[in-house]
Amino acid sequence: MIPEPSGGEPAHSRATLVAVRRLTKRFPGTLALSQVDLRVSPGEVIAVIGENGAGKSTLMKIVAGVLAADDGELLVDGKPVELTSVRQATAMGIVLIHQELNLLANLSVAANLFLGREPHSGGWIDAKKMHAESAQVLKKVGLDIDPGRLVSTLPIGQRQLVEVARALVADARLLIMDEPTSSLSEQEVETLFGVIRELKAKGVAILYVSHKLNEVEAIADRVMVLRDGEVTGRLTRSEILRDTMVRCMVGRDIARGHEHSTRDLGATALKVDQLKFGSAAGRAASFSIKAGEIVGLAGLVGSGRSTLLRALFGIESRHRGTIVVDGRMVSPGSPRSAIAAGMGLVPEDRAMQGLVLAMETEPNISLGALHRHPKWGGFLDRPWERTVSQATIERLGIRGVHEGKASRLLSGGNQQKVVLGKWLLLAPKVLLLDEPTRGIDLAAKREIYRLIEELAAAGMAILFASSEMEEVLSLADRVMVMHQWHIAGELGASELSEESIMHLATGHTAQA
Amino acid sequence: MRKILGIVGLLVAVFVLTAVLEPNFLTAYNLQNTLRWTGLFGIISIGAAFVIITGGIDLSTGSVIALVGVLTPMMLVDAGWPLGLVLLVLLALLLILGVLHGALVTKLNLQPFVVTLCGLLFYRGLARWISGDQTQGFGTAFEGLRQLAIGRIAITDSFGLPIPFVLMVVLALIAGAVLNHTIWGRYMLALGHSEEAARFSGINTDRMIIVAYIIAVMTAGFGGLLFALDVNSVQPAVHGNFYELYAIAAAVLGGCSLRGGEGSILGVVIGAAVLRLLYNAINILGISTQLEFAIIGAVILIGVIADEFVRRVTSARLVRAGRQ
Repeated sequence: MIPEPSGGEPAHSRATLVAVRRLTKRFPGTLALSQVDLRVSPGEVIAVIGENGAGKSTLMKIVAGVLAADDGELLVDGKPVELTSVRQATAMGIVLIHQELNLLANLSVAANLFLGREPHSGGWIDAKKMHAESAQVLKKVGLDIDPGRLVSTLPIGQRQLVEVARALVADARLLIMDEPTSSLSEQEVETLFGVIRELKAKGVAILYVSHKLNEVEAIADRVMVLRDGEVTGRLTRSEILRDTMVRCMVGRDIARGHEHSTRDLGATALKVDQLKFGSAAGRAASFSIKAGEIVGLAGLVGSGRSTLLRALFGIESRHRGTIVVDGRMVSPGSPRSAIAAGMGLVPEDRAMQGLVLAMETEPNISLGALHRHPKWGGFLDRPWERTVSQATIERLGIRGVHEGKASRLLSGGNQQKVVLGKWLLLAPKVLLLDEPTRGIDLAAKREIYRLIEELAAAGMAILFASSEMEEVLSLADRVMVMHQWHIAGELGASELSEESIMHLATGHTAQA
Repeated sequence: MRKILGIVGLLVAVFVLTAVLEPNFLTAYNLQNTLRWTGLFGIISIGAAFVIITGGIDLSTGSVIALVGVLTPMMLVDAGWPLGLVLLVLLALLLILGVLHGALVTKLNLQPFVVTLCGLLFYRGLARWISGDQTQGFGTAFEGLRQLAIGRIAITDSFGLPIPFVLMVVLALIAGAVLNHTIWGRYMLALGHSEEAARFSGINTDRMIIVAYIIAVMTAGFGGLLFALDVNSVQPAVHGNFYELYAIAAAVLGGCSLRGGEGSILGVVIGAAVLRLLYNAINILGISTQLEFAIIGAVILIGVIADEFVRRVTSARLVRAGRQ
């Protein structure tokens, strides 16, 4: 049973610290938040969960003053406020810890902790006092480091804790954590939870955004579930169970039961032998993919999935090893040689790497194939460009394309189709996709899945990396799981389950 | 196109205002002069635009003009080398400089501002040292060659189109075709907007950036040759000073964004014309020439502010349209 979806918040006996009412936020092409209500009381840990693109981060950014809402109210201590800056939010005790950490790496830990509120006398920073206070605060978050150390010398997990310490210095009353554990070790997660419980006891409220449902089970007092910008569930302590949360997040219909299309596999399309890439820490990777096969690349954040794809595509440096596409060796060093050999990459960062956002749809589609259709003297073949772009737009069902409209203004799903369309023109033998449906609404997701299966059926080899378990389980014929920069194991269709993937992803070796 | 409308409006406004205030503005002599200077500055501005479109900047233009300005008469007059050889040497030198700028920017990942600032200092010093800081010129020789800079193609008895202007028009047509109708031009616009996306699409972005720097140095050198033929007395210490800033100003006035990816050759040419026209108006209207830079600076500032406003209005409209 799915708990009451959008009936509003239960009335609270305790005073409300922060409340939002009917919050709505639009981005070009998408409704990021629709009529969202949330009430936070002191000393509460509220987890906000949902799939990628559900609107969690948008909501957090609005509460923290990073983004302005289009509609709705934000109340702090019962009074309506209009937050226009992070500074203003911080002054009210609302502190956001970003998913991408926001520390200045070139400054010391102490300087970061006290940035903007340095203890001073007569314009001079009182360094002694700053260091002494920093040491105290760091102890509270379980960090035993010299406050004078440069942040750039800290491992990522410790930086996360420095961010928490910074919020303590700011006297946060509401601490917003966006995926705080994505790069923490188990030990560090425990420390963080300890800190959270301590803060909670002192009356600090926590908004906790996470994908990791076991963490939510462990730490949250209440859970709010978002899907496509709408609240699809509110769970109280006794209802916080994994299955219930999953049901609210994904909706009933697509949770399981995606029909695996059966395809005939062809010859080996991609063969990777003893590939060493990126940081030298990982072991060499060897694997192969057949034409018509869809292979998923799973693993936790930071396990090296993206880096492996980028190394295959010639962006990340390759230390040794060979890559063979359709019997042809791929020379290292540039995406051009990878493309020439028959590879394509739909990158993780659509906005920066997938598309030239300022250009229209047509030139984006044709960009990779222009050099294959030169006219005399290097002139553009415009009739060709128009024909193939229009055909692609029609075939992939790309909507919202107008003459003179920059691709920036397309929705995420349509932008992703443009990126796919660009590669289809080059008819690659091997298509690499990095988080193919990140930030895309459900309908467009399904279309992209269908498209990927069509391409595989037509004989393309597909290798996709994804942090969405549902996506990996429903799309892949076979899954390679990465852990700490190497492929920890492979799972065939019959062995595929969330548990078996997590098992490998967390460093347990493959079952015999 | 909208961007060009703005700059064309400015051009017409300055033209009409000056003509009304001072009838002498419309004399054939004055118009010919303004067109000639527009041609000379337009040529170097076109090259600057290519670099700006790829997201870079070239500050070395004025010093390249000085270097070519002293080398050409020294090779032709003092050393007596044949014209063909001199042109070949110049071409080779400019090619090397362009490749050098581009390679430092792309392969060593240095900032364009720094690379070409060093070029600005280095080539100026080189020009002064080679010439012993002595004024260089062609004297009375090479009258025929000098027609490239000072000659006119007669239209009526009293008015002729200055040849530098004609050369600029030809160059602009070629440049416009390259930018808008060739694959390389499309690559430059794409990488100017987003170098990473271009590289991920398989474009050899390094090569395209190097080509842009070659184009910039080549047009600076070509302009430098014409400027030298025009003045016929090249003072190594000051010849071409600040010309890179005129070129950049013309490109920006003409709609190039210093963030890269945007710009049209027609706009740049009109931008150069506006600058020369302003300069001419200041002179002919008897405004103190000491105010020249102040007025040009103010006009550019107003131009880019107006442009920013137009952009905000239209992008807001596009966002609204995108929602439907």
